[in-house]
Amino acid sequence: MFGKLTLEAIPYHEPIVMGTLAAVILGGLAMFALITRMRLWGYLWSEWFTSVDHKKIGVMYVIVALVMLMRGFADAVMMRLQQAMAASDSAGYLPPHHFDQVFTAHGVIMIFFVAMPLITGLMNLVVPLQIGARDVAYPFLNSLSFWLFVSGVVLVMVSLFIGDFAATGWLAYPPLSGLQYSPTVGVDYYIWALQLSGLGTTLSGINFIVTIMKMRTPGMTLMKMPVFTWTALVTNILIVAAFPILTVTLALLTADRYLDMHFFTNELGGNAMMYVNLIWIWGHPEVYILVLPCFGAFSEIVATFSKKPLFGYSSMVYATSAIGVLSFLVWLHHFFTMGSGANVNAFFGIMTMIISVPTGAKLFNWLFTMYRGRVEFTVPMLWTVGFMVTFVVGGVTGVLMAVPGADFVLHNSVFLIAHFHNVIIGGVVFGCLAAINYWFPKAFGFRLNERWGKASFWCWLIGFYVAFMPLYVLGLKGMTRRMNHYANPEWQPYLIVAAIGAVIIAMGIFFTVLQFYVSVRDRNKLTDPSGDPWGGRTLEWSIASPAPFYNFAILPQVRELDQFWEDKQNGVAYVQPAKYEDIHMPRNTGVGVVMGAFGTALGFALVWHIWWLAAVGLLGMIASFIVRAYDRDIDYWVPAAEVERIERSRHAQLQQFQTSQVAPAAAPSRQKVA
Amino acid sequence: MHALLSRLRYAGVGAAVFLSGCNMEVLTPKGDIGAQEKSLILIALGLMAVVAIPVIAMTLWFAWRYRASNKQATYAPNWSHSTKIEVVVWTIPAIIIAILAVITWRSSHALDPYKPLESDAKPVTIQVVALDWKWLFVYPEYGVASVNEIAFPTDRPVNFQITSDSVMNAFFIPQLGSQIYAMAGMETKLHLIAREPGTYAGLSSNFSGPGFSDMNFKAIATSEDGFRDWLAHAKATQVALNDDTYKVLAAPSEKTPVSYYGSVTPGLFSHVIGKYMHGMSHEGAGQQEMSMDSQHDMSHGDMPMDMHHHADGDATSSNITPAKAEK
Repeated sequence: MFGKLTLEAIPYHEPIVMGTLAAVILGGLAMFALITRMRLWGYLWSEWFTSVDHKKIGVMYVIVALVMLMRGFADAVMMRLQQAMAASDSAGYLPPHHFDQVFTAHGVIMIFFVAMPLITGLMNLVVPLQIGARDVAYPFLNSLSFWLFVSGVVLVMVSLFIGDFAATGWLAYPPLSGLQYSPTVGVDYYIWALQLSGLGTTLSGINFIVTIMKMRTPGMTLMKMPVFTWTALVTNILIVAAFPILTVTLALLTADRYLDMHFFTNELGGNAMMYVNLIWIWGHPEVYILVLPCFGAFSEIVATFSKKPLFGYSSMVYATSAIGVLSFLVWLHHFFTMGSGANVNAFFGIMTMIISVPTGAKLFNWLFTMYRGRVEFTVPMLWTVGFMVTFVVGGVTGVLMAVPGADFVLHNSVFLIAHFHNVIIGGVVFGCLAAINYWFPKAFGFRLNERWGKASFWCWLIGFYVAFMPLYVLGLKGMTRRMNHYANPEWQPYLIVAAIGAVIIAMGIFFTVLQFYVSVRDRNKLTDPSGDPWGGRTLEWSIASPAPFYNFAILPQVRELDQFWEDKQNGVAYVQPAKYEDIHMPRNTGVGVVMGAFGTALGFALVWHIWWLAAVGLLGMIASFIVRAYDRDIDYWVPAAEVERIERSRHAQLQQFQTSQVAPAAAPSRQKVA
Repeated sequence: MHALLSRLRYAGVGAAVFLSGCNMEVLTPKGDIGAQEKSLILIALGLMAVVAIPVIAMTLWFAWRYRASNKQATYAPNWSHSTKIEVVVWTIPAIIIAILAVITWRSSHALDPYKPLESDAKPVTIQVVALDWKWLFVYPEYGVASVNEIAFPTDRPVNFQITSDSVMNAFFIPQLGSQIYAMAGMETKLHLIAREPGTYAGLSSNFSGPGFSDMNFKAIATSEDGFRDWLAHAKATQVALNDDTYKVLAAPSEKTPVSYYGSVTPGLFSHVIGKYMHGMSHEGAGQQEMSMDSQHDMSHGDMPMDMHHHADGDATSSNITPAKAEK
């Protein structure tokens, strides 16, 4: 009846896990009670869970990602604490089996359930607004993608309390991840969580390619597209090209584990190095999937706050595209030490360092955007400058390890750990936090508090250097990654410093949370009545904050790269049209939620070999999809009168704001340059 | 070119000066391979510093100089293009990467772990088997074996033949240089030489499960006399490494102490590799015979493995070679 699942699967004997479980249950109950008491279930269901509005889906992605950031970061703190303690004869406080799950979960969660949803969430929120569209091409698919991602999250979280998680490292290399060496359900949780969320990612990749290619507002040719949208386009092309490889690779591993096949086993012709190649053919583009949209966000931010157009727009576009293509030609640099020949290693090494040329050009373009500008050090701009400095360091160590001869002594060391945290924290985390601060007003109608935002920035920046510079040194001292304990007492002081760095980053995270709290509390003071709080350049700033559900009452006409900026210059930014038209919009649907729930059941059942439940989950998903396919009531029209009412109130608010400005300098029109 | 590189090397050394307070094993190599890798690291860092340091300095300088409150600074609100600047920012990194690419190509060949070292001294062969969670070392020329400890004379090349009888590991002695994966059913090669006597830390640098953290060994570089003594000590051990004792050793264990075997069943290493090759015996099986086998047997289940045999003939296409019969 319950497959392999018995009460034994709950780790009673692990006090840390049970404590966490108790906290999660209590917290969950408290939240459930609060929502019930405030009678919010109906609102959440009809306005959020079933929403097909790209902005709301984007916000939900970001919220889930931030919650998962707490989980992933808790894992990080546990590891830092363990390694700070476990020198010489000390075993630390985490036994190997627990520690191994912690570092695996940390990597999986940070990449798949923090970085990916942050990127997807930001693209959801911003891309349609930047291209003057009213939603994405396939709004229901978008909702489905989100709920499939959530079912992956649920599986990863459940693995903490029922059974165990993979103890293999975040890419689950076989043969260690094969049935012979990992007989528990940990790797199965890994597989199904990634398959479900990966399916969601592929679908959303297709969705965004179509959206960007087909739904741009009249006049917006590809070379008039905002840079963030360009990076989103390249990222989604990479997603569609790379994620199916992940799906197939995991499917082959599944066949090994469930069907007694031998793709990656030691015996019977299996070849584990095949898996290592395949997973990195997905894995390296994945790095650029994460960082390109962040490059896009930095480009928007640096132009806006330097009060200048982005320097070298077209070279930025070509650099982005070049990085996209090259990202598929470098995967082998993750395992130069496999024993490929010198020609193979040299080829992949050189391809890797070639990527640094377009990346370097991007850095110079941001530099020359600041040059002769009027740089305003808002929170997003601080993140950007912090990124530019930090990312250079990460780039240098990356190119260093692209030289096979150097990699032979640095591979798998904590030098590598320092390198990729240097680019992922310095690039992706800084980028996403910059972007959240930058676009938050567009989603919610008020700005985020500057003071706590700055405090968070400084803690993250300093904390990053304190936590990871010692790891660079330790890598050069010959310390390898994933050690539960170590004999060399010389390493300990560095690891204690690194742990202190983690505490400083924890303060950064705390200040971000505090920033949200204070901002919501002071939302009336921080309100954004103009819809253009920063003196923006692109279309999303031309509409109200928060953006109306239909985004644009009238589709804007684009003739220039920074159309909204031009309109402000020419004093035609906020002209009301003579008449409004009916707007065609997609209707909310609960099918995405239902399919996500069936997907979770399917994944859980497959993990524990509960075949009847797996059948229910799979058939449930298929049946829901068929029901949806025959549903004809999927859209509706917003009457012109309704649009006019909303837009009139928006323009009244705008006028009131403009006249209320004592110093006209603060109004957007002051940007006019003599 | 050469002068430039040596200058860059010094620049790299300069950059590393602030770290000089601590002893960094990778940057204090005790052998030729490690020494070349160290200077490769310093040259590459120096070369990249040519771009990286100005970029960091310019970022901070521009951000400060063009801060909004500094009304003295020039403001060019519509300036967004300069062909000159574009040419420079694409060309300079491209030139540096081109130089680095040449260095990479040459060093990848010079430091290819499979390349035997040129030396007048007779090399020592050590066969390495990664087990859960310890290292087995076999000296085929001397008929002894050891666990978690090796010894070899300085100034004599050491030819490592490496495999795994479990999951993947990586064989690494940081102070001597390169590491390489240990994989079941395959043999990888590594050539190192020590120039200074000493006991160096060896480890697995690829996570392999719960006992991974203690999968360490000692690499003792010593004099010819010291090596002879070590061999004699091992030889004096009464325990023999045969199928039975190997099975006992191969069973998973953690924190395994150093031990020795006074004799070793010949062919043990290739047997460890061969047992994953569909039960085919590799004893005495020559290269050509294997290729013939696979031609006759194309539909057979272990074709992917045989592919390696074909590739083996072409040294540049793949270095992962299957087991060869011991001579």
